[in-house]
Amino acid sequence: MIRIDSVWYEYPSGTVALRNVNLVIDRGEIVALMGENGAGKTTLLKHLNGLLKPTSGKVEVDGVDTRTTTVASLSRHVGLVFQNPDNMFFCTSVFEEVSYALTRFGYSREEARRRAEVVLKTFNLWQYRDSSPFTLSGGEKKRLAISIVLAWMPSYVVIDEPTTGLDGWGKRMLINLLLNLKDRERGIILSSHDVEFISEIAARVVLLRRGEIIADGAAEDILTDPVLLEEASLLTPQIPSLLHELKKRGFRDLNHKCLRLDEAVRCLSAILGRPDQGCDGF
Amino acid sequence: MNLAIEVSNLSFRYAGAGQWALKNISLSIEEGEFAVFTGATGCGKSTLFKCLIGLIPQMYPGEYLGRVVVKGLDPAQTPVSRMAQRVGMVFQNPDNQLFALTVENDVAFALENLGLERAEIERRISKAFRMMGIEDLRKRSPFELSGGQKQRVAIASILALEPEILILDEPTSSLDGATAKKLLEELGEIRRREDITVLISEHRLDLVVREATRLIVIEGGQILADGEPREVVHQLLKDGYERVEPPKLSRLAWMLGFRGANSIPVTKEEFVEKLQGVGK
Repeated sequence: MIRIDSVWYEYPSGTVALRNVNLVIDRGEIVALMGENGAGKTTLLKHLNGLLKPTSGKVEVDGVDTRTTTVASLSRHVGLVFQNPDNMFFCTSVFEEVSYALTRFGYSREEARRRAEVVLKTFNLWQYRDSSPFTLSGGEKKRLAISIVLAWMPSYVVIDEPTTGLDGWGKRMLINLLLNLKDRERGIILSSHDVEFISEIAARVVLLRRGEIIADGAAEDILTDPVLLEEASLLTPQIPSLLHELKKRGFRDLNHKCLRLDEAVRCLSAILGRPDQGCDGF
Repeated sequence: MNLAIEVSNLSFRYAGAGQWALKNISLSIEEGEFAVFTGATGCGKSTLFKCLIGLIPQMYPGEYLGRVVVKGLDPAQTPVSRMAQRVGMVFQNPDNQLFALTVENDVAFALENLGLERAEIERRISKAFRMMGIEDLRKRSPFELSGGQKQRVAIASILALEPEILILDEPTSSLDGATAKKLLEELGEIRRREDITVLISEHRLDLVVREATRLIVIEGGQILADGEPREVVHQLLKDGYERVEPPKLSRLAWMLGFRGANSIPVTKEEFVEKLQGVGK
């Protein structure tokens, strides 16, 4: 479990980026840190693998205080994917980029090769294995950055803005993958302002505003609360936004705490007295 | 209506690449349209945009077939600097476009290069800053701005050139939803007020479809669908096309059967209107 205990962080410039943050994240949980640009999401993520150490308070990863160990040894357990993938690449080929960390972590050449092949195939990047990472398109780079970290299956997978640059297919693949990791008892921590993506995936949402946690709870409570979301400068996802509108217009019995498409279909069909399949055009 | 852009049988293959990045594309866009280009990563959207401003074939070697006419000019033959006065392009990553010590100097740079008078430069800068709502950023360094602010500065520096066509390559990819929504509304407003043609590539159709007059889906360097957005989205849903994600409310409308013969709601307001027609 990751325990963030009364953490304050002040950048050398004097900007206070985190204010008394308390958070416990378990394995097998998907947690989305949400808030506008500058709310402190990335600063908080960088505390999880020790890249930043708290100015006061402490962060523990499976009982280890991040101040007492190195980023290299924490990274074995906490894999961090940066928002801009260019910051992660330094090898001459896509394949080496994935196998590098594996060999550093002590996997045999054979095992590193096998794992690199599996993740590159999963992410549909195998055909680029001999290309330079810098020749990939924006979405492909993003996929590569994520696959590098997943290759060593850390206990906690931390992704800063996972959907930037991903197309519809990329997002769906990522959703399936993250749900699968959750089932395999990995802790997943995402920072995002993509409310539609998080609606489809996150069990738990933490809202940050100016370095402070202003809400922490189930996605279906937080992402369906327009007042709270506005406080965090986030848009209300489309489905709850539609359901609120319908309630205002007289569909009073509607359950507005729906986030996913399948849920919305169920609750709207019920209210309209229609079968789940809907009807044909009219 | 006059055509802003006419592309006939355009194909392009980057030097050394096995595959054609664009395959026999034909497309015409009228003046004043807000055309959204969508498609999976790597489908050819950015390559097509580069052809429209002449970066391809002039700066990127490769095999180029077909013909492009933009505002009466052939971008393959016209100096890129001359094209740039008619067609402004904002690239995906604003960092690539910003370089000066202050935001103001960044925007002034291209105008100075055009040899404009100081007073004219001042007029255009003020106007572009007003349009993008960034008057307060004039004296700041572009590198200490947030992602959303940088993107606005990059767009302002192109608007100051007073282009007749504005091309934006995934302008919202690094913006949060509220900022992205505001930016797209502003672009829609600028299009209507200044009567310019806007071309934009975007994955998040939810955000952009409200302003669009036209939706063009590209796959593997070819045009897969092209038309009125509600009709194209209807077509994508009907075909079960998976590479592009239709707006979430359109998917919901489809699953519930709220659709016309060849069109589907794409916004909340349209959805509510359709639903009230049936529900009561």
